[in-house]
Amino acid sequence: MTEVAPLVVKDVHKKFNELEVLKGVSLQAQKGDVISLIGSSGSGKSTFLRCINLLEIPTSGEIEVHGEQIKFMTTRKGERKPADNRQVEKMRSRLSMVFQSFNLWSHMTVLDNVIEAPINVLGISKKEAMERAESYLQKVGIWERRNYYPAQMSGGQQQRAAIARALAMEPDVMLFDEPTSALDPELVGEVLKVMRSLAEEGRTMIVVTHEMAFAKDVSGHVMFLHQGRIEEEGPPSKVFENPDSERVRQFLAPKY
Amino acid sequence: MEWLEQILSSNSVFKLSTFVEYWGGLTQTVQLVFLSLVIGLLLSFPLALMRSSDNPYLSRPVWLFTYVFRGTPLIVQLYLIYYGSSFTLQDTFLWPVFKEAFYPALIAFVLNTAAYTTEILRGAIVTTPRGEIEAAKAYGMSWWKRTHRIIVPSAFRRALPAYSNEVIFMLHASAIASTVTILDLTGAAYNIYSRYYAPFEAFIFVAFVYLLISFSIIYLFKHLENKMMAHMKPAEAK
Repeated sequence: MTEVAPLVVKDVHKKFNELEVLKGVSLQAQKGDVISLIGSSGSGKSTFLRCINLLEIPTSGEIEVHGEQIKFMTTRKGERKPADNRQVEKMRSRLSMVFQSFNLWSHMTVLDNVIEAPINVLGISKKEAMERAESYLQKVGIWERRNYYPAQMSGGQQQRAAIARALAMEPDVMLFDEPTSALDPELVGEVLKVMRSLAEEGRTMIVVTHEMAFAKDVSGHVMFLHQGRIEEEGPPSKVFENPDSERVRQFLAPKY
Repeated sequence: MEWLEQILSSNSVFKLSTFVEYWGGLTQTVQLVFLSLVIGLLLSFPLALMRSSDNPYLSRPVWLFTYVFRGTPLIVQLYLIYYGSSFTLQDTFLWPVFKEAFYPALIAFVLNTAAYTTEILRGAIVTTPRGEIEAAKAYGMSWWKRTHRIIVPSAFRRALPAYSNEVIFMLHASAIASTVTILDLTGAAYNIYSRYYAPFEAFIFVAFVYLLISFSIIYLFKHLENKMMAHMKPAEAK
């Protein structure tokens, strides 16, 4: 018997007014999969990721987390929205997100950022949350900075703190939304190193990225999005070395 | 204590009875201002959340309330409530309470400071970084959890400097309570002035008392800001 996939996304469409940003994108993540979403800016990859945990509500399409399908309803104005907020909150607590601009809670120390959601959303004890915080902050290498506030740290440190915050939820799937795009080239490395170690531990990750080397070396599956559709997908060896699509070749070609 | 007796006997205004009167005024002022601020602040949290809501049925009434109370002079509000209550409540069970000038004044001050504080808090709530709210959502926090764990603590810190101004403003505005027979600090000073016909002495003394209270308030808020705004400061060398 095969395990139930932790995340299945079926045929997601997203319209902002008349602009159709996603025109049917699907994804299936098995436990331990590392999936990279690449493509040019505006191709819809970030929007797709935000549709997965309903920070954007897909205009149509289905999302299943561990086989449980998210229920939607239609409002009187004809807008689609989740039918059960509890279900959405529970689903989100199983999918941790790491943002491009870190989005740490600025009035809390790093440690408080990491224990906040495990205590107040998952309902675990403070003692257990502190143990988790210690182990994950050690892992990302900023345990010494646990009493700093986000504004007192470099971007790379903030992003590693944000990754520790995500890990402390012990999520089924981690969503990364361009985690290195706001960092200068020297700081990118420290974040990618942490992400690589997470992939090697067998964590399930979906990564929107512009780091082609990361997509190529670390992920097991690459999806290239273009104008709201999957232009090409497959193992990195296929997409990077022998793509069928002319658009992918163009995107990957050396620019100068 | 000899020096005190000497001072007291060397002038005709500052006698022990005068100080007792000022002390009575001080307790009235402190009670009135403190109660108004505490009740006003408690009211302003839910009001500010309603005011910053997307739902017009929640935000519009609060907008109207703050517009009216910020758009008219406090002394007019005080007169309307003080004289208005004597017209409308004289035959009701509330009259024993409203008969005393203290309660109409308290109500006027509470509503006024609630209106200003609501707008101060609203300004801080709507400037909460969007990303931080989004992160709270993405981690599965419900509306209520986001609000009381992330949005309000973050907004209140940002509102502190503006709120400390509001506190000092309320202290000074409370002087108009003396116009509806309340013997607050200013009321006491006025009585002493008319008894001894010594306007300068009576008011210069009370001015110093107000200065002293303002100073304590400023000091208190500075301390509070230092504590609560630690996240805005550069890290100390460790």
